[in-house]
Amino acid sequence: MADDGRLAAGGESAGELVKGLRENYYSGRTKTYKWRAAQLKGILKMIDEKEEEIMAALFEDLSKPKLESFAHEISLARSACVLALKELHRWMKPEKVSSMLSVFPSSAEIVTEPLGLVLVISAWNYPFLLAIDPVIGAISAGNTVVLKPSEISPSTSALFARLLPDYVDGSCIKVVEGSIPETTALLEQKWDKILYTGNARVGRIIMSAAAKYLTPVILELGGKCPVVVDSDVNLNVTSKRIAVGKWGSNNGQACIAPDYIITTKSFAPKLAEALKITLEKFYGEDPLKSEDLARVVNSNHFARLTKLLDDEKLSGKIVHGGMKDEKNLKIAPTLLLDVPHDSLIMEEEIFGPLLPIITVDNIEKCFDLINSKPKPLAAYLFTKNKKLEEKFVKDVSSGGMLINDTALHFANPNFPFGGVGESGMGSYHAKFSFDAFSHKKAVLHRSFAGEVSARYPPYTTKKQKFLRALLTGNIIGLILALFGWPKS
Amino acid sequence: MEVAQIAGEAREAFESGATRSYFWRKSQLRALKELLLEKEAEICEALRLDLAKNRFEAYRDEVGLMVKSVDCALWNLKKWMAARKVDLPLICIPCSGKVVPEPLGVVLIFSSWNFPIGLSLEPLIGAVSAGNAVVLKSSELAPASSSFLANNMPKYLDNKAVKIVEGGSDVGEQLLEHKWDKIFFTGSQRVGRTVMTAAAKHLTPVALELGGKCPAIVDSLSSSRDIKVTISRLASGKWGSSSGQACIGIDYVLVEEKFAPVLVDFLKAKIKKYYTGPENIARIVNKQHFQRLSNLLNNPSVAASVVHGGSLNHDILYIEPAILLDPPLESEIMTEEIFGPLLPIITLKKIEDSIRFIKERPKALAIYAFTHDEKLKKRIIEETSSGSITFNDTIIQFACDSLPFGGIGQSGFGKYHGKFSFDLFSHENQ
Repeated sequence: MADDGRLAAGGESAGELVKGLRENYYSGRTKTYKWRAAQLKGILKMIDEKEEEIMAALFEDLSKPKLESFAHEISLARSACVLALKELHRWMKPEKVSSMLSVFPSSAEIVTEPLGLVLVISAWNYPFLLAIDPVIGAISAGNTVVLKPSEISPSTSALFARLLPDYVDGSCIKVVEGSIPETTALLEQKWDKILYTGNARVGRIIMSAAAKYLTPVILELGGKCPVVVDSDVNLNVTSKRIAVGKWGSNNGQACIAPDYIITTKSFAPKLAEALKITLEKFYGEDPLKSEDLARVVNSNHFARLTKLLDDEKLSGKIVHGGMKDEKNLKIAPTLLLDVPHDSLIMEEEIFGPLLPIITVDNIEKCFDLINSKPKPLAAYLFTKNKKLEEKFVKDVSSGGMLINDTALHFANPNFPFGGVGESGMGSYHAKFSFDAFSHKKAVLHRSFAGEVSARYPPYTTKKQKFLRALLTGNIIGLILALFGWPKS
Repeated sequence: MEVAQIAGEAREAFESGATRSYFWRKSQLRALKELLLEKEAEICEALRLDLAKNRFEAYRDEVGLMVKSVDCALWNLKKWMAARKVDLPLICIPCSGKVVPEPLGVVLIFSSWNFPIGLSLEPLIGAVSAGNAVVLKSSELAPASSSFLANNMPKYLDNKAVKIVEGGSDVGEQLLEHKWDKIFFTGSQRVGRTVMTAAAKHLTPVALELGGKCPAIVDSLSSSRDIKVTISRLASGKWGSSSGQACIGIDYVLVEEKFAPVLVDFLKAKIKKYYTGPENIARIVNKQHFQRLSNLLNNPSVAASVVHGGSLNHDILYIEPAILLDPPLESEIMTEEIFGPLLPIITLKKIEDSIRFIKERPKALAIYAFTHDEKLKKRIIEETSSGSITFNDTIIQFACDSLPFGGIGQSGFGKYHGKFSFDLFSHENQ
């Protein structure tokens, strides 16, 4: 940020930016179906035309394998856009609701309207998807948007700043690049909604800043997502699905990636063995050289992960992996068995390729363990036992839950995606995004007819009887009161 | 009991799992209904002591309305609690998906003094329906109602999981230091900010039900029947519910210059007929608010605009319904929420100008419009923004459980009533 508070050299200040956006919002053009659809089509066109450039940026930022970039970011962003375009008309329609006896005769509807100015602060681990997906939602709902991409993934950030203005209405949709000073300057402005993806510490700062203007927030945070593995499962399938959810998702740097495994003491060695075989099959003898694994995002995170591994309490616990290549910021998929609960790795979110296995005597013990920690964004269970599955659904509180697979639910537009407790608040995805960035306005239509004098003074006993019947839904009492017959 | 102990007990009750069952939720709702039916007289008496609400108003706005809300929850609870099946895309086949609503945990509710029973119980009904443990902080500014709730709630409800804390802002602050799973607040913007800032520390989601200046647009009506109906509904929307001390009460009226004299005459006649004295209208809650309202009137140019009423009786905290014609727009009465029985009437050249007038000001909790003009209605819906719009009536949207109730912008966020309350206090687990 320039010293005089401008957001970019030669650019405007945060205050000017917001003022301009608010004027453009008040012109009303973002509210029309036409504008919204045109922007979504623009984004779709950008994704289709610039796929190679997006992949290149993701590779520069994270060495993300092309297939991963395509499957986890580009194609999901594309389908979010396609779905929004297909459904937009339906989403925008006012919803007729039945009005109640207590307000008879009348008709009621819920009208959706945009909130106004939306600020999206995105994360570095899925720097394309986690930026564009909320923007798609905010546009669908008819808002003006400012996107602040993460400075920790600079190539993707620069890509947005360069490409987006060519494809969308740059007077209502803006990209602001930068780090803490820019974010702080943006947070000093008044927004109508803020969506932040990142960690709980910054989440608190965002929410406190939002409180000043009474701005509602959506916080997409992380947490330690547990995977519970029962001893009756198909080992081959289970280990593949865990591996792809952990290391196949940005090498564990994903908010919904499995963080740790809970399994029984007797089953743990078998599971570890199966995971080892899977890892060798997926990433070869020397995973540091594998092109199918993303790298650690930067040296700070590399150091953080190294510190987790160097914890004395973990000595002798590594059963697979543990190799590091500091120069290329690569850490091999690493399995740790029988990790103590008070080790550093079990106290904070790992967000990297390390996977500890916690053992319990009895699989039912997993509930106490999970519930003793803050609520995770996702919880996974592998089992054939229906009873255990039911108990898991009932007793574990998490943002999302998946039985016999991992990380898939993010791809499902019919699920709300979002955390609870320490893993965040508010949810989005498809229709949920539209709703998250919309205001549901209650509209009640009454005519001048149907006047019930019982509402008004002077207050008589007869009126009170009528009202009593009306509010308690007592139809017979209502009729009796209307005709002035005494109610026995 | 210490605040920490109360919070701890509520947490324990939630973690025991007792509040999750359908049976528990239903039994609490039934108990609430019983409380309302058996203690109607005591509730009305408390409301008389706190706000001089007459019996009829107390029943209509608080007891009766709450019976209706409990009934709505009892009737629908099973349906609300059911898991919702969702379609899955190709990539997830073969598996099945469902969204299960689950309780959030322990909910903190701050209620307000203007409807001290209703604004306590309406969110409580939602929180209990969703299977949460609840701590209710009642308003110290309505002491009789607060102590009624404190004395009676434990007798009817599961006192391990549903608790009430009485006290002032010091107690409020102590409560905010603890970790809650949701905070529901009804009150002013200033306190709303404090609540949200405190909630940020624990990443607790909040719902804020605040106020704002709710306008009523009155088109130039020609039929005398329509005018009569409009006047009754306007008067009741301003003075009928807690003497204007209501967040969805009418704050000011927008009308065309040529129609203003008709409106003023009819309103005066209505006041003379119905809102004749302290026995027919609620009083001002306390001295501070009485002082605040009389200060609004003290401004000389505002005082000059009074065309009816406005006499003050300090001893019984009574303010006579007042009508003001075109007070200066920059005076406090037109920049601050009035929250009392003073009704400014603002005249416009054309009724369509009302849209611009409203758009230039902070978003209101409710907009009212009396008109036959479908084009104007459409423009109001599309061009203005507010928590709700009610055409040709006032206040009653609050009684419609199928509509979400809540603010936007400065009037707050988070929607409740009926199923919306249930959703507000639930988390959708997949």
